[in-house]
Amino acid sequence: MNRVVITGIGVVAPGAVGTAGFWDLLTVGRTATRRVTLFDACGYRSRVAAEVDFTPAAHGFDLADTERLDRAAQFALVAAREAVADSGVADRIGRNPLRTGVSLGSAIGCTTSLATQYAILSDCGTTWTLDHTEAAESLYDYFVPSSLAATVARDRGAQGPVALVSSGCTSGLDAVGHGADLIREGSADIVVAGGTEAPIVPIAMACFDRLRLTSSRNDDPATASRPFDRTRDGFVLGEGAAVLVLEELEHARRRGARPYAELSAVTAHSSAHHMTGLRPGALEMADAIRAALDQARLNPADVDYISAHGAGTRHNDRHETHALKESLGGSAHRVPVSSIKSMIGHALGAAGALDLAASALAIRHDTVPPTANLHEPDPTCDLDYTPLFAREQRTSTVLTVASGFGGFHTAAVLTRPRLKEAA
Amino acid sequence: MTKATQAPEPARPAGAEGPRQTLVTGIGVAAPNGLGTRAWWDAVLCGRTGLGPITRFDASGYPVRIAGEIPGFVDEDHIPSRLLPSTDRGTRIALVAAEEALRDANVSPADLPAYGAGVITASSAGGAEFGERGLAALWSKGAQHVSAYQSFASFHAAAPAQISIRHRLRGHGSTVVSEQAGGIDALARARRRIRDGACLMVTGGIDSTLCAWGWAAHLADGRLSPATEPARAYRPFAATADGHAVGEGGALLVLEDARAAARRGATGYGVIAGCAATFDGPDRPTLRQAAELALADAGLAPEHVDVVFADGAAERRADLVESQALCALFGPYGVPVTVPKTMTGRLGAGGSALDVAAALLALREKVVPPTTGTGRVADDCPLDLVTGAPRELPRLRVALVLARGRGGFNSAAVLRAPQTQ
Repeated sequence: MNRVVITGIGVVAPGAVGTAGFWDLLTVGRTATRRVTLFDACGYRSRVAAEVDFTPAAHGFDLADTERLDRAAQFALVAAREAVADSGVADRIGRNPLRTGVSLGSAIGCTTSLATQYAILSDCGTTWTLDHTEAAESLYDYFVPSSLAATVARDRGAQGPVALVSSGCTSGLDAVGHGADLIREGSADIVVAGGTEAPIVPIAMACFDRLRLTSSRNDDPATASRPFDRTRDGFVLGEGAAVLVLEELEHARRRGARPYAELSAVTAHSSAHHMTGLRPGALEMADAIRAALDQARLNPADVDYISAHGAGTRHNDRHETHALKESLGGSAHRVPVSSIKSMIGHALGAAGALDLAASALAIRHDTVPPTANLHEPDPTCDLDYTPLFAREQRTSTVLTVASGFGGFHTAAVLTRPRLKEAA
Repeated sequence: MTKATQAPEPARPAGAEGPRQTLVTGIGVAAPNGLGTRAWWDAVLCGRTGLGPITRFDASGYPVRIAGEIPGFVDEDHIPSRLLPSTDRGTRIALVAAEEALRDANVSPADLPAYGAGVITASSAGGAEFGERGLAALWSKGAQHVSAYQSFASFHAAAPAQISIRHRLRGHGSTVVSEQAGGIDALARARRRIRDGACLMVTGGIDSTLCAWGWAAHLADGRLSPATEPARAYRPFAATADGHAVGEGGALLVLEDARAAARRGATGYGVIAGCAATFDGPDRPTLRQAAELALADAGLAPEHVDVVFADGAAERRADLVESQALCALFGPYGVPVTVPKTMTGRLGAGGSALDVAAALLALREKVVPPTTGTGRVADDCPLDLVTGAPRELPRLRVALVLARGRGGFNSAAVLRAPQTQ
């Protein structure tokens, strides 16, 4: 079985486009949540979001590109280009395109473009008879989000296995796990893998409004995302993309690459319980974490940092805390945990990929990002959530957790790469 | 044209050092020409089409008005009433197909280890119809009129999530999207879980885009045949091919570790011997490479292949690309080729899954189902296309299934008759 390392990172996040800015934002503990500006959210229960300040022209997209490519596709392209440049692997892809794959995760695909198109075809909802002659040529591509992965594959010249993975809010981790599977079994040497999402649109905001899952702290948007805090009142919708270059260990070693981390395990379980509700006891999430550590051949005591799902809803944070205690035992109280969603919001299918990017950077920089806005600990959430300030500490093993609708729970383990040892 | 001589098939290592073999032990089908595996397969062998006038929505104003609707699929008859408000048509069809596949496999997931069974399926358009209703509510009445179920009824992972809940399958749950290639890609992903040690996976693909919103997307895409008679609406490899028809449904399969299945006495339909996926480069189709990689994965050579279930795009250029790939692998007229999806229309992610189901039944019954619609194969496509009556192939042991997804996706699966046969 081949081993998988991360040799490149690209990020488009609220408050920072680019990996350097992203890491700076996370370690400073700055929050990028604010009043929604992408549309008029007046009348919505939740009017806060973590938006990316994204100027398509600044990234080389002309007017036609901007019109044709969904916002999620633009994010993915920018992140993928950065990741491939960062890894220095572009010439290898060019030489052997069939050995390069793409695996992107997205929960809701091209919803931005679909919503706009529906308004045009239905004359703003006044008719059920949709006028197809008004439709964009790419309407079908918006329906079928594999177009996001195809766009990245074409742009980076990948001709190996390409797919979009969709499993709600675990899509990002799941897609990276799929990419790692392709390398482990020998179907690819390189996989451009990650997640992208652009959900700050009326239909998505309305969905979460109806479920009362998003924060209504509209008067104080900068502190609205408060994972693990006693006063948390829901998640803040975010957006963005993170793309990693996954590479077979020997392939990376031969070309002298400097990996950020080894992807030692990704495991996924379902709670088979409820589409939105979490099962009390958190058994499945705890077992997913145990299985990931087993796969990585590590013990709970080896974990140096936990990148939590930490959505900031009442239920999630308690459920996740419980799962960490169940799976890690006494070590749970010793390991620093944090949720970067406190700063960049919850970007659904991109979230897991953004978390993995932060986890890999934590290993590279031996620094744990904080949980912002955590002033009043919730008595039922009693772990060390690294409140407010980043922490410099030796960070060699990171556990990254994601959880979402459908009862999907995914856990990944990243470890410090040891390039010198025999494979 | 049956091959005169059949190359000996190399033995696969069955010991601990070889990867665990993955056996298909259950099939569930919901197709426009038959609800349920038996009904559909009977129709396929008779060459009976499921294409007809659209009834699911008012298509009178659209230039294309025929599609493949699942006959007699009344949602209320199959789905518990409590699930109706929170599920899209596609998810309901998937629940019915999963039920049939698990029953067919004759396995009780409750008896399996805690995380031993999962669901990885393919979808193209997610909950298209539910999505349409949500957008209509939003634009016509306002945000507070969007269904509370909107988010998880219309997202692409709805089917595996609902199947996992219904049957208590707590292993890996996920959806893969690669348009028409998805059914095979899901199969490949599910097979990886079996190789990792999972006991059982539900996989395959289901799609339904038969609503005004989905139809607008198909029309905007411009690849539908303008034909007004069902018999002329999907004619792959014909010189006058003019696009395809669309249908709803697909197939779900139950995969098991072959040894575990053998222990409980299940012989199964066939082994998933090889899978591969590639993506086209600019002016460089890679369908042939996908087929070669899948054969290599199976440890087989082109001469071992007894039948090909082709993608059959029914666009001249795409048909030529596929014909050239097949001729490069097998030689002109080198292997029987069929496209039974001419009877269902292209089903999104469901199409390639249904082709896998058809290939498995072909392996079991030693018969190749026909391609309908295509009367005469174009001169520039030297293929042995099976048309008219089904073709009996007494020595049918290996099938190659090809699929292409919009944008450049190619996937291939190699299926082999179970060892016991």
